[in-house]
Amino acid sequence: MIRYLALRLLGVAGVLLVICAATFTIFYVFPADPALQACGKSCTPERLAMLHHQMGLDRPLWRQFTDYLTGVLAGRTYGDGPHAVQCHFPCLGFSYQNDTPVWDLMMDRLPTTLSIAAGAALLWLAGGVAAGVLSALRKDTLLDRAMMVGTLTSASLPVYFTAMTLMVLVVQIGGLLPYSSYVPIGSDPVGWAKNLVLPWAALALLYAAMYARLTRASMVETMAEPFIRTARAKGLPERTVVVKHGLRAGLTPVFTVFGMDLGALLGGAVITESVFGLPGLGQLTIDAIDKSDQPVVMGVALLAAFFITFANLVVDLVYALLDPQVRYA
Amino acid sequence: MSALPLTPGRHAAPPPAGRSPWRLAGARLRHDRAALLGLAIVALFVLMALAAPLLTALNGHGPNEFHPEKIDDALAGAPRGSFGGIDAHFWLGAEPGTGRDVFSRMVYGARISLLISLLATAVATTAGTALGLTAGFAGGRTDLLISRVMDLVLSFPQLIFMIALVSVLPEANRTLELVLVMGFFGWPYIGRIVRGQTLSLRNREFVDAARATGMTRRRIVFHEVLPNLMAPVLVYATLTIPVNIGTEAALSFLGIGVRPPTASWGQMMSKAIGWYQVDPAYFVVPGVCLLLTVLAFTLLGDAFRDALDPRGGNR
Repeated sequence: MIRYLALRLLGVAGVLLVICAATFTIFYVFPADPALQACGKSCTPERLAMLHHQMGLDRPLWRQFTDYLTGVLAGRTYGDGPHAVQCHFPCLGFSYQNDTPVWDLMMDRLPTTLSIAAGAALLWLAGGVAAGVLSALRKDTLLDRAMMVGTLTSASLPVYFTAMTLMVLVVQIGGLLPYSSYVPIGSDPVGWAKNLVLPWAALALLYAAMYARLTRASMVETMAEPFIRTARAKGLPERTVVVKHGLRAGLTPVFTVFGMDLGALLGGAVITESVFGLPGLGQLTIDAIDKSDQPVVMGVALLAAFFITFANLVVDLVYALLDPQVRYA
Repeated sequence: MSALPLTPGRHAAPPPAGRSPWRLAGARLRHDRAALLGLAIVALFVLMALAAPLLTALNGHGPNEFHPEKIDDALAGAPRGSFGGIDAHFWLGAEPGTGRDVFSRMVYGARISLLISLLATAVATTAGTALGLTAGFAGGRTDLLISRVMDLVLSFPQLIFMIALVSVLPEANRTLELVLVMGFFGWPYIGRIVRGQTLSLRNREFVDAARATGMTRRRIVFHEVLPNLMAPVLVYATLTIPVNIGTEAALSFLGIGVRPPTASWGQMMSKAIGWYQVDPAYFVVPGVCLLLTVLAFTLLGDAFRDALDPRGGNR
C-alpha cells in the first residue's frame, strides 16, 4: 500500500510537471512579449530591458522553466539588487496586469468556484442517484421511460441555455430570486445560498441527468446479480436488499465518475461562471487569456490539473481500500 | 450401412439465410423509434446546413445583411415587434443590435456547428483507432508509452487548454484550428476503448488461426482485427459528435470560436447574454438548435450501441 501510494504520488507529480511544461511551451512558442505589456504606453527601450531582466525573460528558456519550478516548490526572488522582489512559496509568479501574486489571485477566487461546485455536486448526486435508482427498480414502467426521456433531454441542454432560461423564468418573470452575485458564506449564509441557487440548478440539471442514466444502468445490472437473489432468499426486507446490497455495489461506477467530475469542476466552472457573472477561477482564466496574462493562465491550469489528478488518486485509493482485489499496479 | 446424406433431404428446412451482424443491426434499428427520431432530426439539420444558401434565398436575407429598420433604437436596439421581431419576412425574428435575420444566421450556424464537430470527431476517431490499435496489438513498451500519453491527455484541464491554445494560435484558419485542437483532446477516449477491444481480440481463436496460416501482421491487423473494431468505433464516434457540438458552441460562446461575422450557434448564445432580459426570443433559437442536435446524435449513438451489442442492451 505504501509503495502503491508512493508510486501514484510520483505519477501525479509527473503529470503536473508535463502540464506545467505544456503551458510553458504554449505561451513561449506563440509569444506576445509580456514585458512589453507590463511596460505600458510610455515605454522606453531601457525600461523594457530592465523589465525583461526583472521578469527573468533574458535567461535561456530552460532556465526560465527551472526558475518557475523552483518558485512553485520553494519560492523565488525576482530581479536583483534594489529591485529584487521576494515571491514566497508557492510562487506562481505575479500577474502581468496588476503585479499581484498569482497564488493570492487564485485563492481569492477559489471560494466562489468551491461554492458553485460543492452545492451543485450535492444537488446532482442526490437527484441523479435517486432518479436512477427509482428508474432501475421500476424498470420498463411508464415512470422509467418518462424519467429516461427527461434525463436524455436535460443531458443535452447546454448549460448557458438552461442558465438564461432560468434567469428569465425565475428572476425576471417570477421575481423569486436575485440575479446571481457572489456573497461570501461567512458574512451571509442565506444570501450566499440565494445567490447560488440558479448556478447550482443549471449545473445540477446537466450532471444529474448523466448520473441518473449511469445509476440506472449500474443498478439494473447489480439487481440481476446472484448475490441479490441470495439476499432476497435469506428473507431480508426488500428495502435492505436494495439499500445495503444493491446500492453498495451499484454505486461504485457512479462514485468514480463523481470524483472525476468534481475534480474537473474545481478547476473552474468556466461557462457557468461566465453566464452568471460569478468571479470564480473560470472567470479568472478567461480574463487572463484575454489579456495574455501568462502567469495567471499557467497558475490556474496547474491548479486545475492538480484537482483532476488528485481526484483520480483519491478515487483509486478509496477503491483500493474498499476492494482488496484491486491490484496495486 | 449407408453413409450419412451429405445433402439435405427433400423435407429438410431451407438453409438459414446468411445474415451479417451489420444486417441484423440494421433490422433492429429499423424498429427502434428513438433511433428513427434521432436520424430524422440529424437528417433535417444536415439538409438545412447543406441547403443554407437556398433557404436564405427563399426568405431574401443573407446571414450578414444588416437591417436597421428592424430594430428600435429607443429600446437600445431590441427588435421591433413581438417575439423578437417575427414576421412574414423574418421567420425567426431579427438579431438585436444589428437586425440581421435570425433564421439565416441559424441555418448558416448549422453549417459551422456540424462541419467542425464532424471533422473533429473524424480526427479523434482516426487517431484514436490507429493509436489504440497499435497499443493493443503491439503490447509491451509501445503499449505502455501510448497508454501513458492517453492518461496524460485525459488529465489535462481540457477546456482551459483548448481556450489557451486557440487564443495563442495565429489567426490563419480558425475552423481547422478548432478541428485539430478538439480532435487532439478527443482521441484518447476512443483510443482507450479500441485498445481494450484489441487486447481482447488479439488472442481470440480466429486471430490465432490467421497467424497459423502464416498471414502477415499487416493483413491480420487490417483484415481480421480492424473489421471487428468497427462496431464499437462507430458507436463511440457517434456519441463523440454531440460532445463536440457542445464544445464548439462553448468555445464560440466564450468568444474563441469562428470569427465574426461567420454565424455560429455558440456565438449567438453569447450575444444573447446581453439581451435575454429585453429579447428572450433571441436565445431560444440557437439554444433549441443545440438541444435538438445534441439530443438527436445521442439518441442515434445509444441506438447504435443497442443494435450492435444486444447483450449490452437496456443500458
